[in-house]
Amino acid sequence: MTLREQWIAFLTIVRKEVRRFMRIWMQTLLPPAITMTLYFVIFGTLIGSRIGEMGGFSYIQFVVPGLVMMAVVTNSYANVVSSFYGAKFQRFIEEILVSPMSNSIVLWGYIVGGVARGLLVGLIVTLLSLFFTELHIHNLWIMIAIVALTSVFFSLAGFINAVFANSFDDVSIVPVFVLTPLTYLGGVFYSIDMLSDFWAGMSKLNPMLYIVNAFRYGILGVSDVNVVWAFAMILCFTAAAYVYCMYLLANSKRLRQ
Amino acid sequence: MTKALSIRGLRKTYDNGFEALKGIDLDVSQGDFYALLGPNGAGKSTTISIICSLVKKTAGDVHVFGKSISDEPAEAKKFIGLVPQEFNFSNFESLWDIVRNQAGYYGLPRKLAEERTEKYLKKLGLWEKRHDAARMLSGGMKRRLMIARALVHEPKLLILDEPTAGVDIELRRSMWDFLREINAQGITIILTTHYLEEAESLCRHIGIIDQGHIVEDTNMKVLLKRLQKEVFIFDVAGELPDDVTVEGFDARRVDEHSFELTIDKSLSLNTVFERLTQAGLQITSMRNKANRLEELFVGLLAKGGDTQ
Ligand SMILES: Nc1ncnc2c1ncn2[C@@H]1O[C@H](COP(=O)(O)OP(=O)(O)O)[C@@H](O)[C@H]1O
Ligand SMILES: [Mg+2]
Repeated sequence: MTLREQWIAFLTIVRKEVRRFMRIWMQTLLPPAITMTLYFVIFGTLIGSRIGEMGGFSYIQFVVPGLVMMAVVTNSYANVVSSFYGAKFQRFIEEILVSPMSNSIVLWGYIVGGVARGLLVGLIVTLLSLFFTELHIHNLWIMIAIVALTSVFFSLAGFINAVFANSFDDVSIVPVFVLTPLTYLGGVFYSIDMLSDFWAGMSKLNPMLYIVNAFRYGILGVSDVNVVWAFAMILCFTAAAYVYCMYLLANSKRLRQ
Repeated sequence: MTKALSIRGLRKTYDNGFEALKGIDLDVSQGDFYALLGPNGAGKSTTISIICSLVKKTAGDVHVFGKSISDEPAEAKKFIGLVPQEFNFSNFESLWDIVRNQAGYYGLPRKLAEERTEKYLKKLGLWEKRHDAARMLSGGMKRRLMIARALVHEPKLLILDEPTAGVDIELRRSMWDFLREINAQGITIILTTHYLEEAESLCRHIGIIDQGHIVEDTNMKVLLKRLQKEVFIFDVAGELPDDVTVEGFDARRVDEHSFELTIDKSLSLNTVFERLTQAGLQITSMRNKANRLEELFVGLLAKGGDTQ
């Protein structure tokens, strides 16, 4: 295919993906908006005022970056895993497999679809948070870079999950049993300074900690971890996941027997 | 001239160890209307899926208009339009989106993609339904949707895997007419079927596949002629001469007491016996010679008779 044809094919997947999550917005955009608003109400207004400051900021200001990031992570992941698994389940993945598109175009099409939903939900949640607090952005570029990279990484992770999933149950296992716990324990709601040395050390093994803190640094300018180190880690994870996804597209018996 | 499809030594062993294809050779000329006929489980879908890159081959070569599916997959894939055996579109998308997106996957620019989508939805009688979700369609319409989708990038080779299975007689006829028309426009067509009648009425060449082997690859007319003939074995009293001759028949000596005769099915056996008597042969018994192809066909004909 010529470059132009590849580009058209890529846009076709992206448009299809975006239209899919927009069409079912009640399942894709509304739930995170409601959940996060509840978090803001509870932590911002009801409990937050009694907790006092954390990291030098009011509690709601402290939790907003983590909650936004949580929404980005879960929605990027959910979009790709459910869309790609659905395509496999209903077999219309074959529409793509018979076409002359290269594997990287297919993968980027799905990634950008996941990123589009992740960022849209992130934006919605951020806008909602403004009803409860004000946000001053410390470093816009760090903020954008970290949110985009994280969204790419979790889209890739969702893709891997979709390739291996054999049922719709398999699609929800990882979000429920891995993503949510890691996010909750990844310093969304607290600074790891508050933990004992042991648990603070354990927390440093949690990749979500780096993501949440790097993003928080972008907004508030405070972080529990070294931001450069956080970037390097996410970049490595993303590169590894990308290579693995390309391998799966070319070789997985779950896509082509 | 380059073949539309050329297959050499194609093998497929599935992960569970089952060998579905055991070394297939097949050639389909440009412009041909080719039937791949065989009973269920013969390996038809496996062959088709390999040609279309949905299943990986274990060994062998496949070329589509001279392009290897392994070395130049994108080029080879562009030539092919596939109508698979099982429905494989999104139930929730509209017909328009399904066909339009497929055009996009082949890199067709927007305007052309939309023109083609309209053209083929209309051609297949689906235009009125274009905004409906695919799940709302009847079985026959779903099949036609897959044909429209397969044609939207205007392939040179259209492959249909059991296109009329589960489609009622009337619809089947109109689909046949449509395929003839497409073929007349120069598109090479390969279809798999387990109805002999379908292959007979549509196709010029036929490959017969059974248990992962091609057992026959020939011109439809030649095949039908061969099926018109039957081989009998006759036992005689006394010893046969070295050279058996029966006027008007092709006779072959088997051993000193028996010989074979190929007999046209339309011929009366009385005539045969008159000739045998003239030849001075005393027949003590006769039997039909078992023939794999014949057996296969009896099976296929029996299946074609019902309307499953
Ligand atoms: N994924 C698979 N794993 C194992 N065996 C398979 C698989 N797909 C098909 N087969 C077997 O391969 C043989 C050929 O199947 P198929 O090509 O679908 O036949 P046909 O289309 O002629 O009915 C059958 O015996 C079938 O059971
Ligand atoms: Mg089949």
